Amino acid sequence: MLDLRQIRKTFFPDTPNEVQALCGIDLLIPEGTFAAIIGTNGSGKSTLLNAVAGAFELDQGGIHIDGREITTWPEYRRAGLIGRVFQNPFAGTAADMTIAENIALAMRRGCRRGFGLALHRTARAEIAERVRTLNLGLENRLDNPIGTLSGGQRQALTLLMATWRRPRLLLLDEHTAALDPKSAAQVAELTLTLIRQEKLTALMVTHSMQQAVQLPERIIMMHKGRVVRQYEGQEKDRVRAPDLLAAFDQVRRREQLDPAVAALLAKQYG
Amino acid sequence: MTLVIGALTIGLILSLLSMGVWISFRVLRYCDITVDGSITLGASVVAILLVKGWSPWTATLVATLAGAAAGLVTGILHTRFKIQELLAGILVMTALYSVNLRVMGRSNVPLLDVETLASPMARLITRCSSNSDTLGVCGWQVPVQDAAMLVTVLLVTVAVALVIRWFLLTHIGTALRATGDNPQMVRAQGVNHRTMVVFGLASANGLVGMSGALLAQYQGFADVQMGIGMMVWGLASIIIGEALAGRTTPGLALCGAIMGTILFRLLVAIALRWGLNPNDLKMVTALFVFAALVLPDSVKSAMHRFFKRQHHA
Repeated sequence: MLDLRQIRKTFFPDTPNEVQALCGIDLLIPEGTFAAIIGTNGSGKSTLLNAVAGAFELDQGGIHIDGREITTWPEYRRAGLIGRVFQNPFAGTAADMTIAENIALAMRRGCRRGFGLALHRTARAEIAERVRTLNLGLENRLDNPIGTLSGGQRQALTLLMATWRRPRLLLLDEHTAALDPKSAAQVAELTLTLIRQEKLTALMVTHSMQQAVQLPERIIMMHKGRVVRQYEGQEKDRVRAPDLLAAFDQVRRREQLDPAVAALLAKQYG
Repeated sequence: MTLVIGALTIGLILSLLSMGVWISFRVLRYCDITVDGSITLGASVVAILLVKGWSPWTATLVATLAGAAAGLVTGILHTRFKIQELLAGILVMTALYSVNLRVMGRSNVPLLDVETLASPMARLITRCSSNSDTLGVCGWQVPVQDAAMLVTVLLVTVAVALVIRWFLLTHIGTALRATGDNPQMVRAQGVNHRTMVVFGLASANGLVGMSGALLAQYQGFADVQMGIGMMVWGLASIIIGEALAGRTTPGLALCGAIMGTILFRLLVAIALRWGLNPNDLKMVTALFVFAALVLPDSVKSAMHRFFKRQHHA
């Protein structure tokens, strides 16, 4: 379970370039929920994910995972609880190392790393077995540098690495955005399979309204560092991509109105 | 034969330096210029301890640790105080000049008639060769001292290379290699990449310190100027080594570093024998590294342009 309490972050404070990236976000993602975050560019989606992952310190607020406060934990320590897949397929793997070595690194996520051999026989067999489940034929190429693979293959492996040791929270930052449509569909399908199979709590940032509608159980809409709307339960099941786009337009129109008028309209019409 | 044995011995000693430079430059992708100071630190520490009558093994170990401490400081300056990598190395290298003078008490410490790492081997060879001062190798008479030093540094270098290779295949070693490759990924996999950088630089400079300690024992003195240009020497050796053995696995890269250093030392020895002015050696080395870094890309783009022109014509 992810619990965000009043988290705030301002970049370049007290300068002409000041950006209020997160403006007091409260969010509760229950155990086993797959939620998608949608929003325009600069709405704070990726910043929110990075805040949870520990890429920077918050100005205010608290982050809790399964009741543990991790607000002051450094990024590498949070990795013991959090699995991550980045937007850039090349960001989640070490290109010059082999597929097996990359996965061996992920196998020790959250554990003490000692002087044992990273790729002993048992580990190799386990890696080959799990990689075979991806159906990409990579189990025969475990000793190839991961940099020789396509973006889609690397992203599928990154996803496997992020979920190798069941994470308490899976963060997916537009992880299909940089892939071709076929690879994107394969990775999206794999994402759904892994999340359902392991009953993972997951937070996915996406620009694809189709993905937002089809994959998760909950949609969180962000705008200018705030959560402006959430869809869950039957409302989520009913919502379609055009509805989300219309909701975006509504948010933008409300933004252009005088705040007092916008508040009145919001009260009247929801 | 003396030229070959001398080149082999110095080549093997400096291959420890090359392995250190390989760890910082290729594994961590960190341009660490501390090397120029830490090799002298290793030499000065071992020299002063040997003069004081310490065991050569203990003195070499302390020199290695001193080198590692220098790397540790560079790593902390970079990771903790956010000083740029090159500047952190320059700061430590500059400080080490004074440290080395302090350690030695003067600019040069001769090592005459002191017990060195090669002494037990020399006694063993002397005993086996009926107390003769020379040893017959392929029809050539080689001084026992030279042969003993060659065998000792060969054993030390091979042992160190095997340990490094084993280490790089462990969980920590794999994390160290990934740190240079992709720090963001490493953090996402729960590795403290700053600790890895500090640890890697300490290991690298420890090897360089050990190289300095062996070099001082071989040449019979430690000098405060002996580290100048050693970083570039290491780079040149690595580049030659990569051309010889490639760098697909840590084992091959380490073999390459050793072979590259020996070959480079042999080439230098031959060039000096053919009349190269020793004063020009550093410039020639720097030019070689420059050419090795720039030429492959320049040749590739020139070829590309040439074939493109041919295609259009």
